[in-house]
Amino acid sequence: MKPTLTRRAAYEQAQRRRAVVIATASTIIALVALVVLVPLTPGWHKVKRSFFDGDVFSDSFPRLLEAFWLDIKILLWATPFILIVALLVALARGARRPAMFPVRAFAVIYTDVLRGIPVILLVFLIGFGVPALGLSREWSNPVIWGTVTLVLSYSAYVSEVIRAGIDSVHESQRAAARSLGMTGNQTMTSVILPQAFRRIVPPLMNSFVSLQKDVALVSLIGPVEILRQAGIDKAKTANFTPYVAAAVIFLALTIPCTRLADWALARQRSRTGATTIA
Amino acid sequence: MTGELKLELRGVRKAFDTTTVLDGIDLNVPKGNVITLIGASGSGKSTLLRCVNLLEPVDDGEILLDGVDIAEPGLDPDPIRRRIGMVFQNFNLFPHMSVTDNVAIGPRKVLGVPKNEARESGLKMLTRLGLADRADAYPDQLSGGQQQRVAIARSLAMNPEVMLLDEITSALDPELVGEVLDVIRDLKSDGMTMLFATHEMTFAREISDRVCFLHQGTILEDGPPDQLFGNPREPRTRAFLQRVVDSGRL
Repeated sequence: MKPTLTRRAAYEQAQRRRAVVIATASTIIALVALVVLVPLTPGWHKVKRSFFDGDVFSDSFPRLLEAFWLDIKILLWATPFILIVALLVALARGARRPAMFPVRAFAVIYTDVLRGIPVILLVFLIGFGVPALGLSREWSNPVIWGTVTLVLSYSAYVSEVIRAGIDSVHESQRAAARSLGMTGNQTMTSVILPQAFRRIVPPLMNSFVSLQKDVALVSLIGPVEILRQAGIDKAKTANFTPYVAAAVIFLALTIPCTRLADWALARQRSRTGATTIA
Repeated sequence: MTGELKLELRGVRKAFDTTTVLDGIDLNVPKGNVITLIGASGSGKSTLLRCVNLLEPVDDGEILLDGVDIAEPGLDPDPIRRRIGMVFQNFNLFPHMSVTDNVAIGPRKVLGVPKNEARESGLKMLTRLGLADRADAYPDQLSGGQQQRVAIARSLAMNPEVMLLDEITSALDPELVGEVLDVIRDLKSDGMTMLFATHEMTFAREISDRVCFLHQGTILEDGPPDQLFGNPREPRTRAFLQRVVDSGRL
């Protein structure tokens, strides 16, 4: 005989078993509904042909993957610039000295305006507007201005996240640092920002996932990245499968990042639950 | 020792909006003395210490450090603060740094001591306070008493001329209070000048050269500890001490 369970343990074991049974049953029902019922819809065979065509998929996949490389490049260029600009804007908003008033005012306008315009509209305005200034050819590249647009829009969001992180560090940390004789700037760089950044990793990861998808908006002003390539392939084959293939490629990038963001958030929750520092 | 004055407060006033917190404080702190501030919560003890460290600007009055007024509006507070150590009720350690880095950060950033050197002398300071084995730990891995001793070490690492202690045992479990107070005893025997706000009456009586009873932003009564605790002149001092006795703290 096994050692007898406590009353509570026995109750919880029964609850767990019940939960497993319910979860399994409902999953089976949902899957059956999906696999059996969807193909019964009148338009299913048409949808299957135009969205899930295996030949079109395998034909277009390598081209899409190659085009996706441009998305990755834009992403990798934009990300560090977003962080740098966002940090500067966040710090500018906190500047208290009277001489810094114009800087602070600019930072407020920057975040208000750029967060207030849809990214897609900003892509059009900057992507078509700036090259119209008659810049030299290499500076008229829409990839550059698409990337700049993403940096402008996202840095406005991220600066607010950073500012919230800075505000979340308790005033007593500042007092402790200043009482040692550290200057305001030393306090910010050595004490406040390191703590702020640890706290905002999860929201920053979420912004990063959004950015991965919004890179596709750059296609609207010309560059042949994955979304545009999918459009080209769609037009060529008169079939929507390339879009599905593009979605699969996006998911291969975004799902791991989303998981990572969730993991970072969970870890942070368990940590802040344990810490006693005010 | 009642030789030269290290710190002198003259008519210090401080209000938050319309609430007067310090209502004309006069206080002499001779070099090497321990001056204790007692009084109910809200009587102005903490604010007084924060004003001396220039964390709060005073509205009026003078604070003389070695005879120089540090409360003058517009003065750069940073060079003054590095001469005055402060220890807080809730430790306020930097949670993202190891214990050693907490102690080394002041000398590194403020005095420009090279990193290795600062960490080495930080380690020495920690050894002196019996914390050498926790040098690589992070603050939230320590007990409250250990954290507060690290906070004292962090402050001492700057070689302060005066230490301000703001209810440094109030956040500690009773059995952890002793280890922190031992540090203060050692500091006193080393001749450190200290201004000490506390609710630990027994300890205050033991260590103080002078005790000040704060009431509604004024020093209502001050004197040698035996006189103030044994034979208080003011009825309000007597009432306060009676409440402390009733709560089992004396």
